[in-house]
Amino acid sequence: MATDITWKEGKPVDGKTPDGPIETRWQRHKDKLKVVSPANKRKFTIIVVGTGLAGASAAASLAELGYNVLSFCIQDSPRRAHSIAAQGGINAAKNYQNDNDSVWRLFYDTIKGGDFRARESNVYRLAQVSANIIDQCVAQGVPFAREYGGLLANRSFGGVLVSRTFYARGQTGQQLLLGAYGALMRQVDLGKAKIFPRREMLDLVVIDGKARGIVVRNLVNGNIESYAADAVVLCTGGYGNIYYLSTNAMNSNATAVWRCHKRGAYFGNPCFVQIHPTCIPVSGDYQSKLTLMSESLRNDGRVWVPKKKGDKRPPTEIPEEERDYYLERMYPTYGNLVPRDVASRAAKRMCDEGYGVGETGRAVYLDFSDAIRRLGEDYIRDKYGNLFEMYEKITGENPYKVPMRIYPAVHYVMGGLWVDYNLMSTIPGLFVLGEANFSDHGANRLGASALMQGLADGYFIIPYTMGDYLANTLPEKVDTDHPAFKDSEKEIQAYVDRLLSVNGKRTVREIHRELGLLMWDKVGMARNAQGLKEALEKIRQLREEFWTNVRVTGSSNTLNKYLEFAGRVADYLELAELMAIDAYHREESCGGHFREEYQTPEGEAQRNDEKFSYVAAWEYQGPQDPPVLHKEPLKFEYVKPTQRSYK
Amino acid sequence: MSLMTLHLKVWRQAGPDQPGRFETYTLNNVNPHMSFLEMLDVLNEQLIKEGKEPVEYDNDCREGICGMCSLVINGIPHGQLPRTATCQLHMRHFNDGDTITIEPFRARAFPVVKDLVVDRSAFDRIIARGGYISVNTGSAPDANTIPVAKEKADAAMDAAECIGCGACVAACPNASAALFVGAKISQYILLPQGQPERPRRVLRMVAQMDEEKFGACSNHGECEAVCPKGISIINIARMRKDYRKAALGLL
Repeated sequence: MATDITWKEGKPVDGKTPDGPIETRWQRHKDKLKVVSPANKRKFTIIVVGTGLAGASAAASLAELGYNVLSFCIQDSPRRAHSIAAQGGINAAKNYQNDNDSVWRLFYDTIKGGDFRARESNVYRLAQVSANIIDQCVAQGVPFAREYGGLLANRSFGGVLVSRTFYARGQTGQQLLLGAYGALMRQVDLGKAKIFPRREMLDLVVIDGKARGIVVRNLVNGNIESYAADAVVLCTGGYGNIYYLSTNAMNSNATAVWRCHKRGAYFGNPCFVQIHPTCIPVSGDYQSKLTLMSESLRNDGRVWVPKKKGDKRPPTEIPEEERDYYLERMYPTYGNLVPRDVASRAAKRMCDEGYGVGETGRAVYLDFSDAIRRLGEDYIRDKYGNLFEMYEKITGENPYKVPMRIYPAVHYVMGGLWVDYNLMSTIPGLFVLGEANFSDHGANRLGASALMQGLADGYFIIPYTMGDYLANTLPEKVDTDHPAFKDSEKEIQAYVDRLLSVNGKRTVREIHRELGLLMWDKVGMARNAQGLKEALEKIRQLREEFWTNVRVTGSSNTLNKYLEFAGRVADYLELAELMAIDAYHREESCGGHFREEYQTPEGEAQRNDEKFSYVAAWEYQGPQDPPVLHKEPLKFEYVKPTQRSYK
Repeated sequence: MSLMTLHLKVWRQAGPDQPGRFETYTLNNVNPHMSFLEMLDVLNEQLIKEGKEPVEYDNDCREGICGMCSLVINGIPHGQLPRTATCQLHMRHFNDGDTITIEPFRARAFPVVKDLVVDRSAFDRIIARGGYISVNTGSAPDANTIPVAKEKADAAMDAAECIGCGACVAACPNASAALFVGAKISQYILLPQGQPERPRRVLRMVAQMDEEKFGACSNHGECEAVCPKGISIINIARMRKDYRKAALGLL
């Protein structure tokens, strides 16, 4: 018997987007924002949690302005945040290729790519500042790929018809992050920023309705530490690891956003998850993560499966006429460069129908032999060498000789804490940037746009909107002796002790893996009402099991990785429920959210604009009570929502 | 592929000031497709089931790019496979019945935090002294107004690929950080954007490197041999040349 899924409906929520001509909205908005004088800026302290592209760029830029910045991360150094693993590139509307790119086209592609579930005002602003990001990064010495003439090179990514992606081999995220990290460390040297590595944020402290600090666990000695500030900027990334297997780093987690949600921040579109089409397939139970093969590979790689079901011949022995280049067949205009959600679903369909390859039949080929014949192996090595090397290390196969085997995997979440146009959550003084917020990608993110959004938020938006908040609010001074901090510290310590005291039979990993499989099956690439009900039931059982039967060994006053994991899994077990509820309530398919009941005759996502053209912002009501749904209606004044077509 | 049995000699150390020792564990059913860290995950599952404390080891991306994983495996930082971080080392490179010795990176500047985890914050402090170009957000000119020859950009990228793992330090008989520091300095030597701060950068970063008690470089070349990104010691030569000139006021 499956449980009923319930929620309440609350008042609509206002994104406070400007109106008037979209081209000048951000400028007119900035003109109205208040500014804090240089002498007063140094009186304010801002906490930035997370040091990925959004966090490092925000921390550096705010410190440059004169604010006192406290920067926290869970790794041993700010340079290790998971933005570092982004491979393919960063989009910008530079039109350096003379291929008719423009701010408008990047805006249009992003709105359409997101299946008309993002705010026009935000996305237009993102496209506008994209060009400044490239300028900034080049000035920082980011070694982008260049042509022989010395100017910047570009390549293409999915869902677009122009070449607007800037890249540094297959390590674009690394180079951009090291640029932002360098900028942050410069502020450390100047005494304007202080870094706190190996700290995990476990609570947000809200005083008089405003975010006034955080409580963290020092991961080295287990101390529970409080930090007070005038505002908190959350840049803690996405929650893809809820699926256990994802392309996220091992430390990426939902705890910071979830604790903020429990303190009153609404959660936007939690069910919008991006499944990336080109990852190295799962090979065994012991597996801890999945590895992405950059979307840029689809510039030169062709995706195919054998035309005959269950064809077990090695790929090189399958003649050309017996191969189905299904993306090129189904989507002749975009071919192998269709957006991620479309490519992932197509791969799943091919494997479901029995055309999958490899030992498990859950893989398709990504083949470079054409490009190698046409352009030479050296050319391919120059562009993708490190990705090919990584593939070979993991699989033991040489992709210059045999096609890669790939399959979709969880990669990114479009959902996240709800924010207004100023990137402020429903808790005043709590700002949320990068993947941690829900804002710019609608129901599906285009490739090379995550780096763009993280840096746009950190370099070019928060420095403006933060000043306005502080100038309007003039927060009174609080310190960590305030009872709100003391109460939170006590709660956190009790929580940590409780995790250690269950002393049951199952390891954290076992329970996490079980949750992940459940989420992948029922709240993954395809969802339906019945499955979501079953999922909800099982999530609740698993949560019960966790708190009665988990085993965490060791103690709390030392480095204890499995204790950290335990807290994160406990939060996933709550967030999972909200994801299932959101997926159930949205009776349409859009982007990465594919409800099997709602599809076109060709099997594409079928939106219902009349009923669901809104952002779902969920309010937490306590562990037993159904959440409250606040809708933010989406207005499309510039791009008319249509059935998305990449044919 | 058949499953393997492995004997692991693992360094256990409760804290920075505690004495350490090797513990030996036997692991059955190791799948050759596992990564080295996944093999250790399996060991930890076994230890937790036995009510014991799991082994601590740093790791994050498991894609060979974040630089968080470390480990000295059979005496070699990141193990025997060239140009490979520990997280990308797979068990198919070991044999059934092998005994594998696993230690933390060892250097005076990298104190042990616990078990196999070390403190590499010295690297952050070196970067803070000049591992960047001083440019505030918002003041940059259009990106294509600064042309950079492709060869120079590629060479800068070769240096910039450093993941900051510290294997170079762990492999060096002097525990020198010259490759790490040289790579960062080279990146900016090779780019026009790096020129204005060139003398100041090399002097300050090298001074901090010494302050952190890294040893001096005496050209063993072990650093390049173990570097998971294959960063060349030519970067050390560039740094030294610049340092000499800068110290004499000739740069």
